[in-house]
Amino acid sequence: MQILITSKKLLETIQKLATRLYETHPDMNEVVFVGIQKGGVVVANDIVSNLQTLHAPKKIQYGQLDITFYRDDIRNEIHSPDTMNLPFDIENKKVVLIDDVLFTGRTIKAALDVLLDYGRPAKVELCVFVDRKEHRQFPIQADYVGVTVETKSTDKVKLLNKEVVLIS
Amino acid sequence: MQLSTRHLLGIKNLTKEDISLILSTAGQFKEVLQRPVKKVPSLRDVTIVNLFYENSTRTRFSFELAEKRLSADTINFASSNSSASKGETLLDTVNNILSMKVDMVVMRHSASGAPHFLAKHIPAAIINAGDGVNEHPTQALLDAFTINEKLGKLKGVKVAIIGDILHSRVAMSNIYLLNKMGAKVVVCGPPTLIPIHIKEALNVEVSYNLKETLAWCDVANVLRIQLERQNQVLFSSLREYNLTYGITKEVLNSLKKEIVVMHPGPVNRGVELDSDVMDSKQSVILQQVENGVAVRMAVLYLLSNRKN
Repeated sequence: MQILITSKKLLETIQKLATRLYETHPDMNEVVFVGIQKGGVVVANDIVSNLQTLHAPKKIQYGQLDITFYRDDIRNEIHSPDTMNLPFDIENKKVVLIDDVLFTGRTIKAALDVLLDYGRPAKVELCVFVDRKEHRQFPIQADYVGVTVETKSTDKVKLLNKEVVLIS
Repeated sequence: MQLSTRHLLGIKNLTKEDISLILSTAGQFKEVLQRPVKKVPSLRDVTIVNLFYENSTRTRFSFELAEKRLSADTINFASSNSSASKGETLLDTVNNILSMKVDMVVMRHSASGAPHFLAKHIPAAIINAGDGVNEHPTQALLDAFTINEKLGKLKGVKVAIIGDILHSRVAMSNIYLLNKMGAKVVVCGPPTLIPIHIKEALNVEVSYNLKETLAWCDVANVLRIQLERQNQVLFSSLREYNLTYGITKEVLNSLKKEIVVMHPGPVNRGVELDSDVMDSKQSVILQQVENGVAVRMAVLYLLSNRKN
């Protein structure tokens, strides 16, 4: 196991992402933030808490999305679902999806499918903490990237205890 | 996480972990049912046949809706308008249906053990939707889901199962489930409708006194008097049954606490439950029906990966 991003760098990167998101969307009224279960929610919690500080006293709209029932590998393995919580209407809103690691793009494809069953957003953006760019299987790119890393396709990249680690 | 079984034949052979997994998954499916699009694509490559050899409204609709909400393809079979009425055996009927590439079979049958028989002989996943006087596992699961939703737990909850225990597969499945999950169970009804050795065999308490039982319990699960399964006279008249074991608003009001009233349906209004009890806020009968869809979605979803 190798540490790719230390907890100090992780904290800085989260702050940078939050600042960029806040600068891009000065009018937060029309924007909602959605973390993808589970890893994405861990990152999203931190990003949204930074955004909330910047935006106080007004409230940031934040929800959590679970893709379990929309996975394309359901016949190989049944996964237990996580909590789905979108406590707002996404119709005509700008939705910023937040995930921890962008790898093949399949999770994001499923997340878009889930999202569209809740309404028709005006725009969907993607914010990821780590981008494993060279392994994409779908034409999906992130609008906000924390760190880009070079990995082998067999590697696993995980967020563990506020650090990003690579397991070969 | 996976179930320990590839079929749902009864609660008897489920583990406590299986039951918890089904109930927690059902909770997530209940959220799906509140969405603008009440449907997920999980079972879009799965074909399910609903094989109903016995009449059903709620269970059949509930399964069919659950299947559709999971995007499965479904075929409905009712024995009255099929080749079964021309003398075809159960196994032949099912093998014919399976040769049309069906992955899962939901079956209700008047013979106890019919789904167990099928599970031994065909490769599809079998879900028991009620077999004779044996089990009705999805009803017990939706009852448990409803109790948990209402009271926040199953462990230690006092449940009275009231009425025709002798002919009731709902009672059997409920007793198995509640015992496994640590609830306390009392069965109550006229002596002629309670099996003699039930206390020793199934580890439940027996009471013949309705009022005492209601005063004890947190939940009263009231069963239907199954006139169609009674080939001998087990009580004098429906009127007498109502006077002794029927639940009235007066009895409920005389209790010190507000208990939850459940019924698997269909209700004989004025026999086991008075109309004003059924329509009162203590009754969760319609919530049970609503939860039934989410629970059946969970069962189908969790069994669907063993696709043939």
